[in-house]
Amino acid sequence: MSVSDLSRLTRHTDGGRVLVDDLGKRYGGAAGVDAVAGVSLDIAPGEFVAVVGASGCGKSTLLRILAGFEAPTRGRVEVGGRPVTRPGPDRGVVFQDYGLFPWLTVAENVRFGLRQRGMPRRRAGQIADAFIEVVGLTRFADRFPGELSGGMQQRVAIARVLANDPAVLLMDEPFGALDALTRTQMQHELRRLYREAGTTVVFVTHSIEEAVYLADRVVVMTGGAAKGVPGHITEIFPVQLGDDRDVNAVDFNALEREISQRVHAG
Amino acid sequence: MTTPTTGRSAAAGRAALGFGVLIGIVGLWHLGVRGQWVLVFDIKMGFLPEPAQVARMLWDFAFGGLLGDAFSGTMWRHLWASTGRVVAGFGLAAALAIPLGVLMGRYRLVNAALDPAVNLFRPIPATAWVPLVLLIIGFGSQATVFLITLSAFFPILLNTVGAVREVPPRLLEAAQMLGTSRVNVLLKVVVPAATPGIVSGLRIGLGLAWVILVLGESNGIEWGLGSMITLAREQVRTDRVVVGMIVIGLAGFLSDRILLHGLRGIFRRRPLVRST
Repeated sequence: MSVSDLSRLTRHTDGGRVLVDDLGKRYGGAAGVDAVAGVSLDIAPGEFVAVVGASGCGKSTLLRILAGFEAPTRGRVEVGGRPVTRPGPDRGVVFQDYGLFPWLTVAENVRFGLRQRGMPRRRAGQIADAFIEVVGLTRFADRFPGELSGGMQQRVAIARVLANDPAVLLMDEPFGALDALTRTQMQHELRRLYREAGTTVVFVTHSIEEAVYLADRVVVMTGGAAKGVPGHITEIFPVQLGDDRDVNAVDFNALEREISQRVHAG
Repeated sequence: MTTPTTGRSAAAGRAALGFGVLIGIVGLWHLGVRGQWVLVFDIKMGFLPEPAQVARMLWDFAFGGLLGDAFSGTMWRHLWASTGRVVAGFGLAAALAIPLGVLMGRYRLVNAALDPAVNLFRPIPATAWVPLVLLIIGFGSQATVFLITLSAFFPILLNTVGAVREVPPRLLEAAQMLGTSRVNVLLKVVVPAATPGIVSGLRIGLGLAWVILVLGESNGIEWGLGSMITLAREQVRTDRVVVGMIVIGLAGFLSDRILLHGLRGIFRRRPLVRST
């Protein structure tokens, strides 16, 4: 079963536009430090945008503000035309450490959001089963997260947010804790899921290769409180490498190198 | 991680070791009474009954037919009366302490309101409450249940508060971004995430309930293990005192097992109770 088959099961929300305008986040009041400042970004519905940068450049802060976990101290953030004020099911978040509920089975984790939003048990169960199948974990539906590998847990986390039918998928270094082989495999799967689901994706990562492989545009952020300059966007690279990307291809490597220089130039 | 077979045989080995130590203690006890040892703290072993005598009396206390005195075969009635008080006091303590602890752990305002009162009352030991309780409640079952509730309440409360504070913020974020209401973040995420810590508090509270039982039952109660021990002491019957101690110890141990396995039975494979 593919995600597009699932649109018959779910309402299927189209990807939402993400609008960030002159965003700033200062910690510690007026005399505090700026984590990010002057960040503006316009992400089209259904677009896949990766944000790369060194540790502390504010890329995770940006994502957490988009998720509604933190409030900006200046500027404006809109998702799907509505200002972001708190977390909500229109913005599904995939965390690096998965954030699964350890006392719930895989199936219960995946249908949690649907049940919380008032969907009857049977229907929530059907949708959850379908998304568990999409991520290839049907055999593990009755297992607990603690019994699964990191890659499998992250698949559960992805199924959990996709089942909830979000307009935007926010991913915070989702494959950062996985081994190299699993990571590559998860990247392949995410590309497939993304093409079928059509949600907007904001994907924060350390890995420039991962960003170029996955995204339509790569946003480079530099600075950060530790550097004395607030985190900000230095450059945005469009990735025009088509749908079948080869990480060993010459044009792929050229773009990767160009972005890398920009990241490290600061 | 060990394989199941080696894990099982290792567990059997550890159980045998623990049993061996128990046998050793009983052996030393026997020799000490025979030899009239005087130990540290001026413990006069010669004043103790021999283990065999205690075993005989324990059997008679439970099943009768050996000694034919007023204690014969009365254990179950004493145990039943005491268990009722422990269950009532402990249950009441849990019913009050868990909800209160969840609210104190989650909401700063509730914590600010209640924390000073909790810290003021908590250090007062149950023994210090006894004179006042006897004056304002009077001798009897109600006073005992009150003392048990009071004593079990604080460990359950403090463990619950601590467990709720230590719920990983990530789980709260996950619940919020999935569209969970405030009430359900509390009920469906905070409470289950805190359950292993709450269970630890319940086990401490239940253990204390049996400790306080003896104190509560030492005044104006006819049936109960505490009153049985108190009476035995007044009659200078060390053998009966030791029998009462053993029964209370076993009852405390068994009630902990019942609580733990009962909860495991409810939770099944869900990782909600710390493995011990």
